[in-house]
Amino acid sequence: MHFPPDHFRTTAPPRRITGSEMIWDACVTEGVSLLFGHPGGAILPAYDALAIYEAEGLLHHVLVRHEQCAAHMADGYARATGEVGVCVATSGPGATNLVTGIATAQMDSVPIVCITGQVPSPMLGTDAFQEADIVGVTQPVCKHNYLVTDVADLPMVMKEAFYIAREGRPGPVLVDVCKDVQIAEGEFRYDMEVKLPGFDPYPASWQDALVDAADLINAAEAPLIMAGHGIHLAGVSDVLLRIVEKAEIPVVTTLLGTGNITETHPLSLGMGGMHGEAYANEAVQACDVLIALGMRFDDRITGRLDRFAKQASVVHFELDKAEVGKNVQPDVAVVGDLAETLPALEPFIHPNTHAEWLASLTDRKLSSAGKDILTFELDELVPPFVMRQIWSETTNLRDPSDVLVATDVGQHQMWESQYFVHERAGQLLTSGGLGTMGYGLPAAMGAQMAWPDKLVWAIVGDGGFQMTMQELATIQQEKLPVKIAIINNGFLGMVRQWQQLFHDKRYVGTPVLSPDYVMLAAAYGIPACKVEEPGQVAEAVRAANTTDGPYLIDFQVKEEVNVYPMVAPGAAVDELIRRPHIVQDHGGVVPSF
Amino acid sequence: MKHILAAWMRDRPGVLNRVTGLLSRRNFNIDSLQVSASEEPGISRMTFEVSGDDRTLEQVRSQLIKLVDVTRVESFAQEAIVKRELALVRVAVGPDERRQVLDLIQVFEATVEDISRTDMLIQIVGREEKIDSLIGLLRDYHLLEMVRTGPVAIVRSAVANVESEPALEPARDTWQGGGV
Ligand SMILES: Cc1ncc(C[n+]2csc(CCOP(=O)(O)OP(=O)(O)O)c2C)c(N)n1
Ligand SMILES: [Mg+2]
Repeated sequence: MHFPPDHFRTTAPPRRITGSEMIWDACVTEGVSLLFGHPGGAILPAYDALAIYEAEGLLHHVLVRHEQCAAHMADGYARATGEVGVCVATSGPGATNLVTGIATAQMDSVPIVCITGQVPSPMLGTDAFQEADIVGVTQPVCKHNYLVTDVADLPMVMKEAFYIAREGRPGPVLVDVCKDVQIAEGEFRYDMEVKLPGFDPYPASWQDALVDAADLINAAEAPLIMAGHGIHLAGVSDVLLRIVEKAEIPVVTTLLGTGNITETHPLSLGMGGMHGEAYANEAVQACDVLIALGMRFDDRITGRLDRFAKQASVVHFELDKAEVGKNVQPDVAVVGDLAETLPALEPFIHPNTHAEWLASLTDRKLSSAGKDILTFELDELVPPFVMRQIWSETTNLRDPSDVLVATDVGQHQMWESQYFVHERAGQLLTSGGLGTMGYGLPAAMGAQMAWPDKLVWAIVGDGGFQMTMQELATIQQEKLPVKIAIINNGFLGMVRQWQQLFHDKRYVGTPVLSPDYVMLAAAYGIPACKVEEPGQVAEAVRAANTTDGPYLIDFQVKEEVNVYPMVAPGAAVDELIRRPHIVQDHGGVVPSF
Repeated sequence: MKHILAAWMRDRPGVLNRVTGLLSRRNFNIDSLQVSASEEPGISRMTFEVSGDDRTLEQVRSQLIKLVDVTRVESFAQEAIVKRELALVRVAVGPDERRQVLDLIQVFEATVEDISRTDMLIQIVGREEKIDSLIGLLRDYHLLEMVRTGPVAIVRSAVANVESEPALEPARDTWQGGGV
């Protein structure tokens, strides 16, 4: 069989094919070329049909070693491209293994489509072998989902699934296809219009509010922008930069908004929130107008809500109406797609200067100890130093726009966000909303598959890496040149930090034993090295960056180092635990962080 | 404060589950819930009461409308609606007490749906308070069994009297798919 060139047009004439072929035809027509998955009995007909698509070079299936990673890879692919990522699993355990990945994508608004096999429709509800009600299970953690019991419904379901995943605020959609449906034949066409009366992805009545928003912003003496993931999703970081420069407004980002404006920009204050710099959080508590763009006032950014930016008028630009007023009641809400609302705002914003406000921020910046940590003559290997070295060595070699970073969850994730100097929106892939350990490695792999020529670093902890390190095999099978930095502190570090600060240092369940990662990597055929001293960092990073293929570095860092600043849970964002004073006062002496 | 809402949804398998699942996982306090057909084929109408302040109401509405199968959500001011419940009550009444019970039934404009030597099946339709008081009175006899719907509601005139919109929202009569 050979597909004629116009086979995958939406206008191709209807034809009779099997349900399995419908799934793949729909994927190809949607522009999908990669599938991350793991086969099993209930999805076997679909895998069988995949042979021809693989042979024709239309679809490539990446065999993961755990379905959670299939969802994370699809997620990483989607974040790195803005396109829908696709993962595939069998029924029952295959499908339930996807759940963490689906919830991760849902919390961070990432468009993925998950295709699962299901037991044959006559057996539904009988506790058949490997039957699990995955539609019921995933309902609370996805944007929408479908159970397909009739092949006649399949083309429309596939079309709706991609549409819903992609349009509006993106998110995961699951399509559960009964095995008999995969085998059955039906008419396939893809020219139908998606009609979903209950799905209005782009609310459009924001014009009036826009003028009010502009008035507030123009009148502000101490305006501050808080820019979130929505800026990247809408692809408007260029518009943001123009507005920021025109009206001289400083910018704090959320974790997922990292890089919305280049962090070397004088108006960038970096990330705010629980581990944001003190000056970023102080700016939030001192501004007179807070302009929230594409973000949802998550508790990690607001700290104690009833003391969050109380002095400020709040303007909220957001696509999802349900996020407006959920946590913070804005004075003006502009509910619409930032790709429309922000360009529409631009002409209303007056050129302006805020010298006094910026000077006060500069003062706050100078009292921060962030830079001191990096200029120390260190004789111990501390993570902030490692982070900055990875960044500088990598960007010495490659243009920063060619570098992508995926992090896992924990201390290293926060250090990455503090000490890498993010250049652009979307450069950092991280699980912000769900905080999913194990995310970093598979997300890096998904991003690498999307951009084979970019330099992709996975920055992971010794705890989280051990949750998904089986994917080293997938790295080898797919020949992915991902660079892996394990920040090996012998602990579930972030939890240990909380135990140290809030539970009298009772380290219950947090010391974590690691294998010899260099030997482990060798078992998979991946070159690796161990770094124990500050002087070895740069060379190791250079080795990784210049090795053709994957590379793993085991950074054996000082164990009990804390992430500062820190807003303790229940505290207001400006009630920070600062970096210990010794760091600020005595350059050169190794502090006990 | 109690708010009464109506939601219209595509009549799909599991749609009720989606709605009730959302209400419970978002921690909304639902006092009653009724599902029925609507005037439009293929669209069900759910009537429910939710307790909370205006912000809660606003959240319920904007979270609900995000569900792909939910096509419309409205909330009503209590004064603007006709709200009714139905109850079926079986009471043990022998021939001696029948007259008294029939008198009560007449006052409440209830009906007798079935009667035997030992008991009587009564149907009452009306406002919550009316049903409460009849049931209260019937408890003087031996109340054997009872089933009761929650309220269903509809606005009085053709123009929907939607509860005053919060300041953020431009005035709109209905909520047609306003989410993402
Ligand atoms: C799947 C999952 N389980 C538990 C947690 C809670 N948690 C958050 S950070 C953390 C420690 C992570 O340890 P490690 O990967 O070694 O990173 P470190 O903090 O030491 O840098 C844990 C257990 C989580 N976020 N995700
Ligand atoms: Mg660790």
